[in-house]
Amino acid sequence: MGILVDKNTRLVVQGITGGEGSFHTRQMMEYGTNVVAGVTPGKGGQKFDGKVPIFDTVEQAVRETGANASVVFVPPAFAPDAMMEASEAGIPLVVCITEGIPALDMVKVKDYLARRGTLLVGPNCPGVITPGQCKVGIMPGFIHRPGPIGVVSRSGTLTYEAVYQLSQLGLGQSTCVGIGGDPIVGTTFVNVLELFQVDPYTEAVVLIGEIGGTAEEEAAQYIRTSFSKPVVAFIAGQTAPPGRRMGHAGAIIAGGKGTAKEKIEALEEAGVVVCPNPAEIGKTMRSVLRK
Amino acid sequence: MKIHEFQAKELLRAHGVPTPRGAVVSQPEEARRVAEELGTPVVLKAQIHAGGRGKAGGIRLARSPEEAEQLASQMLGMKLVTAQTGPGGRIVRRLLVEEALDIERELYAGLVLDRAAERLVFMVSGEGGVEIEEVATRSPEKILKEHADPAHGLADFQLRRLAFGLGLRDELMRQALRLFRGLYQAYLATDASLAEINPLVVTRDGRLLALDAKINLDDNGLFRHPELLALRDLEEEDPLEVEASRYHLNYIRLDGNVGCMVNGAGLAMATMDVIKLYGGSPANFLDVGGGASAETVANGFRILLSDRNVRAVLINIFGGIVRCDRVAQGVIEASRRVGAKVPIVVRLQGTNAEEAARLLEESGLNFLVASDLAEAAQKAVAAASVA
Repeated sequence: MGILVDKNTRLVVQGITGGEGSFHTRQMMEYGTNVVAGVTPGKGGQKFDGKVPIFDTVEQAVRETGANASVVFVPPAFAPDAMMEASEAGIPLVVCITEGIPALDMVKVKDYLARRGTLLVGPNCPGVITPGQCKVGIMPGFIHRPGPIGVVSRSGTLTYEAVYQLSQLGLGQSTCVGIGGDPIVGTTFVNVLELFQVDPYTEAVVLIGEIGGTAEEEAAQYIRTSFSKPVVAFIAGQTAPPGRRMGHAGAIIAGGKGTAKEKIEALEEAGVVVCPNPAEIGKTMRSVLRK
Repeated sequence: MKIHEFQAKELLRAHGVPTPRGAVVSQPEEARRVAEELGTPVVLKAQIHAGGRGKAGGIRLARSPEEAEQLASQMLGMKLVTAQTGPGGRIVRRLLVEEALDIERELYAGLVLDRAAERLVFMVSGEGGVEIEEVATRSPEKILKEHADPAHGLADFQLRRLAFGLGLRDELMRQALRLFRGLYQAYLATDASLAEINPLVVTRDGRLLALDAKINLDDNGLFRHPELLALRDLEEEDPLEVEASRYHLNYIRLDGNVGCMVNGAGLAMATMDVIKLYGGSPANFLDVGGGASAETVANGFRILLSDRNVRAVLINIFGGIVRCDRVAQGVIEASRRVGAKVPIVVRLQGTNAEEAARLLEESGLNFLVASDLAEAAQKAVAAASVA
């Protein structure tokens, strides 16, 4: 059940020997994710923690282990290349955690991956988790419970907050997808909603947006025409000043566009229940489900 | 990162974009000397990181070198308040002194990332000299656009289409192609997030020049342009924001009185929102990072308390990978070191949250511990309004 990742995910970690990469690889394995390979150019032939084989190239990792998903923990200067390498090696799903990739690089990477049919989640995201089955990313696994709520978000810790509220109320999650806080991200709200629409285990969706860009307006448009399940949303940044980048590279009101108000109005017009209080995302979902 | 007009023009000239002759000055006598060299009249332009200068008296015409010196002495050191600076305004420390041109037409040319299309868009308009957003709202058909192919960039035929669309022909057409190409190259070479020439002018003697220029740089691209880091003007930024940036903290000063410290940008924005929802007003945005360490917590705490408007503090940390008890220790240490005199509401949720609450309560310091976000915000707002 769930989308994007599950028990059949065979994960390769790009940047497995780095500080972040090694720490989170152990966390993912502890959660039960099937990490089949690591890639660090120049360290091929070694083993990570005596268990996971390390390769010089993603192509070798795929050939030797049958990896079918990749997670990228490579620094921003090299992450674009890492994503393209994974795509070229035929990996269908690439999740990029790296924060700080230049926007001009992402324009090229997104185009390169799209032409090869690779699905990219991120960059600058916490990753994807299907509770109880597979965690690909840096989110704390223990706050999640298996269940019927799909979660999709541009944020990291705010998503954990929402998931925690859901789990506390006994509302488990089908899959939680952090799509990332950059101006250009691989998978958009609409892409994830399309997957939730056809996922029989997902009964309702929590959507967490924020100021900047028009991804929430596009999601609203899609929900109005093509999404049949209940959606509860929260939009962060209602008090954010215009013209300032609020932590995330993509969270900026530019030229008067991308305000929380516009997004909330668009979502409400599409029949989404927009929760004004981030402390009540879980409760709002519970009351929507009881109706 | 924002840079000044004169810096943007230097970058553009390096890529073949013509600009008026001129020089930057910081003393009135220099303005006189530059005016003598250029020949009068000259235009004096205040160099601050904000638009709307003309209407606010930040752009003046001098008809003689003496007048240039006199105007410069008035403008240098003045506090310029424009529609974009906020009521505090900005101190003018430098002027760009330029030859005054005989202008026939004012156009617009700009490049920006089109987030929805996920590629760069080159925009031109026959309506120069006004805000492009204004044109976009009022008469969007007056803006011509060409998107750059991610793999191949902007083709010459696209630039020609834009130039013809502006009614530029013959020699002006050739100048426009060179200028548009130069603007595009400058954008790519600097990892810009915005590059705008507004107005782009046609002079009576048939020249095309960038009369004004604005370039914003993508902060994520700066690591590969160390030479551009030198263009940062710390005097244009809030001193607390400058200090926070030294510790790699995302801090933005606002005008409320509830200081906030949060891990993660989305949760930080949500925390500001919930403060507002309960009738309070956030004093700042502060994201100490998804995995807040004790040290970053201590630095963030010190910085947000340096804002004298802060009447209460709300610390909201969702401990996932980072353990709450470690964060609590950081908060306790920081409070002892800084000697906070305002009420501090702490909400730590996630790994080891109970242990963290115990540490805070047993610290002997005056923390208000909250278990959920709503309770925390209510307590912080109440504390700020009493204090």
